[in-house]
Amino acid sequence: MTPSVLYALAGVLLFVGALYTLIIGPELVRRIMAFNIMGSGVFLVLIAFGARQPDAPTDPVPQAMVLTGVVVAVSATAVALALARHIHALSGHTRLPEDSPSDSI
Amino acid sequence: MTLTQLPWAVWCIMAPLLLAAACFVLGKRWGPLAGWLSAPLVAGVSSMLVWQVIEHGPQRYELGGWGAPLGIALRADGLSALMIAMTSAIVLIVSFYAHSYFQPAHGLTRHGDADDLAHRRQYFWPLWLLMWASMHALFLSNDLFNIYVTLEILGISSVALVSLAGGVALTAGMRYLFVTLTGSLFYLLGVALLYSAFGVLDLDLLGARVEAGPVVWAAFALMTVGLLLKTALFPLHFWLPSAHANAPAPVSALLSALVVKASFFLLVRLWLVVFGPLDALEWARLLGMLGSVAIIWGSIQALRQVRLKLLVAYSTVAQIGYLFVVFPLVAMGAPSAWPGGIYFVVSHAFAKAAMFLCAGTIARALGHDRIDMFHGVGKRHPVVIFAFGLAGISLMGLPPSGGYIAKWMLLSAAIETEQWVFMVVIHAGGLLAAAYVFRVLQHAFSSLPCVSPAQGEVPRAMELAPFVLAVIAILLGLAAPYPLMLMEIGDPFALATPAQGQP
Repeated sequence: MTPSVLYALAGVLLFVGALYTLIIGPELVRRIMAFNIMGSGVFLVLIAFGARQPDAPTDPVPQAMVLTGVVVAVSATAVALALARHIHALSGHTRLPEDSPSDSI
Repeated sequence: MTLTQLPWAVWCIMAPLLLAAACFVLGKRWGPLAGWLSAPLVAGVSSMLVWQVIEHGPQRYELGGWGAPLGIALRADGLSALMIAMTSAIVLIVSFYAHSYFQPAHGLTRHGDADDLAHRRQYFWPLWLLMWASMHALFLSNDLFNIYVTLEILGISSVALVSLAGGVALTAGMRYLFVTLTGSLFYLLGVALLYSAFGVLDLDLLGARVEAGPVVWAAFALMTVGLLLKTALFPLHFWLPSAHANAPAPVSALLSALVVKASFFLLVRLWLVVFGPLDALEWARLLGMLGSVAIIWGSIQALRQVRLKLLVAYSTVAQIGYLFVVFPLVAMGAPSAWPGGIYFVVSHAFAKAAMFLCAGTIARALGHDRIDMFHGVGKRHPVVIFAFGLAGISLMGLPPSGGYIAKWMLLSAAIETEQWVFMVVIHAGGLLAAAYVFRVLQHAFSSLPCVSPAQGEVPRAMELAPFVLAVIAILLGLAAPYPLMLMEIGDPFALATPAQGQP
């Protein structure tokens, strides 16, 4: 097992674990962090594949993708945190209520 | 360089992007006006691209002069041109509606309300144009990773627009954000796998290299699930009703009409161009089955709703089901189902945008949208109820509407491949749609006296915009050959029949 495969597997593991937390957790900040870890998992997979051949120079394209991906993740996190703050200001806590779309306006 | 040789595909993305930045910078006083004026401008640029595709065939543009595999290419064939024409027409009409929607109404007396409204109007337009730009970019991109970026811009701007309504919409927006981000990450993991296996991101280059194998199957599964989550196919629709029903009316209209279709378009593109060699019959069957359940279950939920906006939102869940019936029809040997499905996308987009705008106008006129308290609305706002009825005709699939043409194409594909289950489901969905549309009309035309006090005048644009959209939904049935011809330019469905004429 080459190191790059090991890193890729670790990335998949992070992705799956964080996905689990994202789905079950009611706490908003926890879920936002889970999303970030999920993203890091994907980035790890990308970087690992970029360095697949130990002798050849590293493929720069996945690194460029990760760079863009990090920017996207930061903006998404900013939006999520802003929303969480608004929800906190409105309801006094940072949890999502049970799903009931029939809530009236 | 003449007018037809300009890279209109680039301007389709750049124009709304630059104008969004301009609106943001111009701020509270001039931003909204600039946003409103931008809409016809962007629509004009889009129509130039459509004209270019009609005149000169498919367009390909390499950004910055860097060709694939390293550079990013834009591609506009007939299918993307049709999607862009649909997007621009709907966003333009809804922009007129939105301009009135965010004007201070007479009923607003408290100072805080007016401030709140000005705040919303200021941020609405930049986000609106950003969403428009991302949809154009998604329809035109020919690069897997660039598509990921457009998906994220689309998701984030949609969430921000939903949350503009405040209150319940904040939690709906939060849930929507988690869903759309998860979907994008599934997609991105799929991109990572495909790149590791083939070393290219360009759709056409990838399509030429892909061979069935475990990595491709894994990427296929990840990307399909991620996009299904964004398209809200049953049972992944759980987030849609609350997000679509609690957003401001113009935003609901675009979310239901266009945003869910963008991820569907992407799914179709990937199945055709990249995953053609997989021959995923079982997956197609599964999607068809889920689509059928969505049609029945979504329609029944729509029938049970108390609020009009939720009824319309659940109707979207049902109508999305039809789009996925296309997959088993094609897989069993009826490639004519692709144009049928795309035609369904277009006609549903106009009808559903009209319905959400009607719901918004009625909510403004009555101060609520409880269906059982709609007595007398038909008399007070005949244009709005007429528009709702016309849009309903298209949803039911009655001639001569666009919905009729689309359902007819799907039905004939079902007959051709002898898949009788789908015939039953398509007809049952039409009947159920009739039931929920008539339920609204029944209360609106009721002769009982109107119990809801009038909330002041409704602006004229808020009555006319849904009417125009509904009329287009009907006209799509009468003028069907033109959109159908447009979407066939460049033969986007060519890979639908795998292994024909290939060694």
